[in-house]
Amino acid sequence: MSVLGFHNVSKRFGTTEVLRGVTLELNRHDVVCVIGASGSGKSTLLRCANLLERVDGGDVTLFGQSLLDPRIDENLVRRHIAMVFQSFNLFPHLSVLQNVMLGPVHALKRPTDEVRVDAMALLERIGLATRADEYPERLSGGQQQRVAIVRSLAMQPSLLLLDEVTSALDPTLVGEVLELLRELAHEGTTMLLATHEMGFAREVATTVAYLDEGVVIEAGTPGQMLDAPEHELTRAFLSRVRS
Amino acid sequence: MASPVPTGDIPSLFSSRRRRLLTGRHSRLVSSLSTVVVLGVLSAIVFYAPGGVAFRHFFFDPHQMWIALVGSHQGLASVGKGIVTNVWMFSLCEVLVLIFGLLLAWVRISRAPVLAPLRALATIYTDVFRGIPILLVFIIVGFGLAELNIGWISHQTPAFYGCVAITLTYTAYVAEVYRAGLHSVPHGQILAARSLGLSQPATMRQVIFPQAVRTVIPPLLNDFISMQKDTALVSILGIVEAVQSAQIDAAQNFNDSGLVVAALLFLLMTVPLTRLTDRLIAKDRTRRLAGAA
Ligand SMILES: Nc1ncnc2c1ncn2[C@@H]1O[C@H](COP(=O)(O)OP(=O)(O)O)[C@@H](O)[C@H]1O
Ligand SMILES: [Mg+2]
Repeated sequence: MSVLGFHNVSKRFGTTEVLRGVTLELNRHDVVCVIGASGSGKSTLLRCANLLERVDGGDVTLFGQSLLDPRIDENLVRRHIAMVFQSFNLFPHLSVLQNVMLGPVHALKRPTDEVRVDAMALLERIGLATRADEYPERLSGGQQQRVAIVRSLAMQPSLLLLDEVTSALDPTLVGEVLELLRELAHEGTTMLLATHEMGFAREVATTVAYLDEGVVIEAGTPGQMLDAPEHELTRAFLSRVRS
Repeated sequence: MASPVPTGDIPSLFSSRRRRLLTGRHSRLVSSLSTVVVLGVLSAIVFYAPGGVAFRHFFFDPHQMWIALVGSHQGLASVGKGIVTNVWMFSLCEVLVLIFGLLLAWVRISRAPVLAPLRALATIYTDVFRGIPILLVFIIVGFGLAELNIGWISHQTPAFYGCVAITLTYTAYVAEVYRAGLHSVPHGQILAARSLGLSQPATMRQVIFPQAVRTVIPPLLNDFISMQKDTALVSILGIVEAVQSAQIDAAQNFNDSGLVVAALLFLLMTVPLTRLTDRLIAKDRTRRLAGAA
């Protein structure tokens, strides 16, 4: 079943065309990794999915419904699509627990007591339940990013967007975040990632797509894409990343 | 094992005696001493200046100061009564300015198409009232509105016009303070809140506002301090507030001690605010430094 679909999507900022006819499909339980050089349009593509950006051409669908439909409520869309950012973007004025509870309480309007129990369970899962009442700035980058991930999970989303979530981390902290993502993938979480972690992509991705200047040059299984890419541009990119 | 520093050639790491005296354990003593010296020199100037006696008599006569504060028997003017006018005026205006300033800031930052014409007006308003000297605003509002003769608007007390003029001017300043505060919240915070499906008002209430408040309070207090002082200018509308009372008193008694009383009363009101502002700024700085790790 199709969860998210990009259909010939184009996006411009002023006169620069950032996305030029991107088509990509995510079914339930898919883990799609978008790879590509910095500036190729990965973040923009992800942001078009949760309507942080509006596409200029083509269509984006969620469960088969066009997000361009004027009757669409963007807040409802975002409750199904959670997003995790490169720079965590935790709320510095709220405790770790309050960060995780904010969405369910204020967007879903669920009862606070119930949300607190769920949020504590999520923090338990990442081993940070004892730090629930501390402020995010007291945590390491890896811990902060894991809190940001469970903050988005607290919304019980149908789809998780992850934009280079390990790029801002100290290399020693990347592992703990990838480990959590690996677990989520094995549980069947539908995910769309922009990433530079080729090892991770090989291990958990169902599809890898190579984006170059706003065009999906090719897409396929990790084995096919990382070991035997057909396109010259993909090969060139991979050799740059690996060297 | 080879020592990195050849023996017999160890560089001294001690600071000089003079430096220790100025910055070391005795620095508290040194600072007290220098305070005493500075104050001493200032008082000596007042005391031994050729016109020192006259100066002290005209500005610091305790008897005259007391009379100015409580009012003489002729009962013309009392600085103590006058300051009450200043206090209620700025108290009222501070509340009004906090509310109107927020509304104005909201109009200026909102992107709603409906508000487009209002937005242009808000920009002009801010430019105009930050640009005109407040004295002119007092005159235009105080005499102009009465002159226009439009119903109840033109039949108010001078104090009413004074409050209107102060509120008009300071709303423009405070709106800018709010605006800067709201813009100081990183864009990523808004993206994160919106991505959680929070509505725009909820994003404002839960995420932007609580973070903006911290940046806003010190400059807001600064504006309040200058507003408190500007209430002295309402005398141009014929309102007898503290400074005006002091002037009347001075003319009556041929002595300016009342003006010093007025100055002291203003200090009494503004100094706690300035101290509080400094404390808040320092606290905010510590918090930021702690967060910057
Ligand atoms: N809000 C924006 N305004 C103008 N240009 C933008 C904006 N966001 C992204 N861009 C431009 O779009 C291009 C793609 O950016 P991005 O999607 O962030 O790429 P990536 O995530 O792959 O590094 C870049 O050239 C960037 O400068
Ligand atoms: Mg990016």
